[in-house]
Amino acid sequence: MMKRIFALALMLITLFAWCIPVSAEDELPDYAADYDWDRLAGQNVVLNVYNWGEYISVDEGEEDAFDTIAEFEALTGIKVNYTNFASNEELYAKLKNGGTAYDIIIPSEYMVARMINEGMLETINMDNIPNMKHMDPGFVGLDHDPDNRYSVAYMWGTVGIIYNTTLVDPEDDVESWDILWNEKYANDILMFSNSRDAFGIALKKLGYSYNTTDERELQEAAAALKEQKLLVQAYVMDEIFDKMGGGEAALAPYYAGDAVTMTAENPDLAYAVPREGTNLFVDSMCIPKGAKNKEAAEIFINFMCEPKVGVYNCYYIGYSTPSATVKEYLDAEVVENPIAYPDQEVLDKAEVYLALPDATTKLIDNLWTEVLGMAGSSPWMVPAMMVGCIAASVGINLWRARKKRLNGE
Amino acid sequence: MRKLANRFYMGLVFLFLYIPIFVLIANSFNASKSRTVWTGFTFDWYRKLFHNETILKSLLNTLIIALIASVLATLLGTLAAIGIYNMKKFTRNLVINITYLPIINPEIVTGVSLMLLFVALKIELGYVTLILAHVTFCVPYVILNVLPKLRQMDNNLYEAALDLGCTPPMAFRKVVIPEIMPGIMTGFLMSITYSIDDFVISYFTHGATSQTLPITIFSMTRRKVSPEVNALSALLFVAILVIMIIMNVSEMRKLPSDQRRRAAKAEKKGGRA
Repeated sequence: MMKRIFALALMLITLFAWCIPVSAEDELPDYAADYDWDRLAGQNVVLNVYNWGEYISVDEGEEDAFDTIAEFEALTGIKVNYTNFASNEELYAKLKNGGTAYDIIIPSEYMVARMINEGMLETINMDNIPNMKHMDPGFVGLDHDPDNRYSVAYMWGTVGIIYNTTLVDPEDDVESWDILWNEKYANDILMFSNSRDAFGIALKKLGYSYNTTDERELQEAAAALKEQKLLVQAYVMDEIFDKMGGGEAALAPYYAGDAVTMTAENPDLAYAVPREGTNLFVDSMCIPKGAKNKEAAEIFINFMCEPKVGVYNCYYIGYSTPSATVKEYLDAEVVENPIAYPDQEVLDKAEVYLALPDATTKLIDNLWTEVLGMAGSSPWMVPAMMVGCIAASVGINLWRARKKRLNGE
Repeated sequence: MRKLANRFYMGLVFLFLYIPIFVLIANSFNASKSRTVWTGFTFDWYRKLFHNETILKSLLNTLIIALIASVLATLLGTLAAIGIYNMKKFTRNLVINITYLPIINPEIVTGVSLMLLFVALKIELGYVTLILAHVTFCVPYVILNVLPKLRQMDNNLYEAALDLGCTPPMAFRKVVIPEIMPGIMTGFLMSITYSIDDFVISYFTHGATSQTLPITIFSMTRRKVSPEVNALSALLFVAILVIMIIMNVSEMRKLPSDQRRRAAKAEKKGGRA
């Protein structure tokens, strides 16, 4: 048996060994020649990169594949340990708990702000990142990091409404968050299952800021969400791809980059950005405190800002690039897609999430739990159930002992 | 008629158990990324899977960690079982109950407490902590599988071996180990299964240098789990199926036909007793 498991492992290892990266050269510009890429080569430098899942170009054997990590390792002689997280909160918890040493993390803007406030980030030495010159000025010095000392933008996007044109009445105004409250579509509406995005939509519908700390406004938003709950089919995240793709729901708010993918796969789907304003999110590369090799991390950030790398990552991920140079090299069809690169008017009205004070975060969490309908359960529920379980198990054992005794007699 | 109804019922049960896997396998051949719309047959996801280093690396990590952790857990667990078996009644019951605890304990509690321990001891989270954590939750399964085999063993066998000139270590190697081998193997296989399966404990104890397959899959949920994972799951399912078939066939071959019948009879008897 053990031999067979070994054999299985060996088989998989051999299959793994096939993966010889194939890279095709386009007329894309090569890596900057005036940058000393391999200054840390041969010193056994290891870089720990912690990124979102599916958020970097990997080689999948396509004609024009680009393996970002392998290219970086070959260019700089720095070895990369690459691991993934699924949410900003998960990333935050992992760093706070300690015991780990990441050199590069890629949180969203509100988490960057929170980490700056809590002194969790290193300042970045911009002398090591000359590729900042490629950056669109609109993505330098954003509200969450005004002097750009801690973060370099990687990808960005907006939130909008994805809708099925065959199910939504063309008379109805999809360019407003109000449509997610339209009773006509009862049971055909999907909604974010994370509190920040869900509250954001309710706040915008009511005309408030995403970053409000006013308790009354948040209470109002919660009331609106409760009202909407009667119409909502499900609170979901990535299930949106399947539900919308399969025509199981008519309307769903989601991220623009994913809307590009969905509309391309199902021509019935369309995307609209509500005119009340929407959320602009920016995921940025940062170096956490405790990083073992700050210079290597800076080389990595500079590498990620190379036009060639940016272009491949953009095609792979489907989100929008903050780099003006990368945008020039993208296919016209991508750059002209208003879903990925909306008009300035939309961007002007868009707002980024900022770090909220602890009290507000807690209030939102409580209100969200209330909206989802878990507030009805009393805090005694769990202990009571545990006592019940123990009593039941004692009872069963006593009953069995009695039965045994009776049988024995 | 009754027989037909029985068969039908059994078919329903199997359908219920296996439909999710068949849906998954079917989807691994779906040209579209969607799980609901069928757009055509393709081998693309399999081809992409064998190029995707993130997935393959974490699969390799998972297999290596499972193998090392279950070998260590089997060694530790077997020795512990022998020790426990030879204890006085009170201590034995006490220790057996303590070994049950990690199994009953919610995984999340084990995960968090292990993480706190590693952080307090200043061990950097990574390969080492993952293996230690996996050994921790695998050991009880080995103990619980080896103990009954020890109880079934005839103690006189060991003494007879000593009488016939074995030294204690020799008797242990030649008599005790072969007797309890089925228990050791079951414990080992269970450890491998649980180790490959584990998400919660690995989630808290993995670090910057290593990540197992379940964590890689979980991290895809923001952007939608890639169909390459369907392809990988289908391959794992087929690999395990093939192993099971080979095992059963080779076991059948080992026994000549009349002996097979006798073995079946003996098994029936054993089951009743």
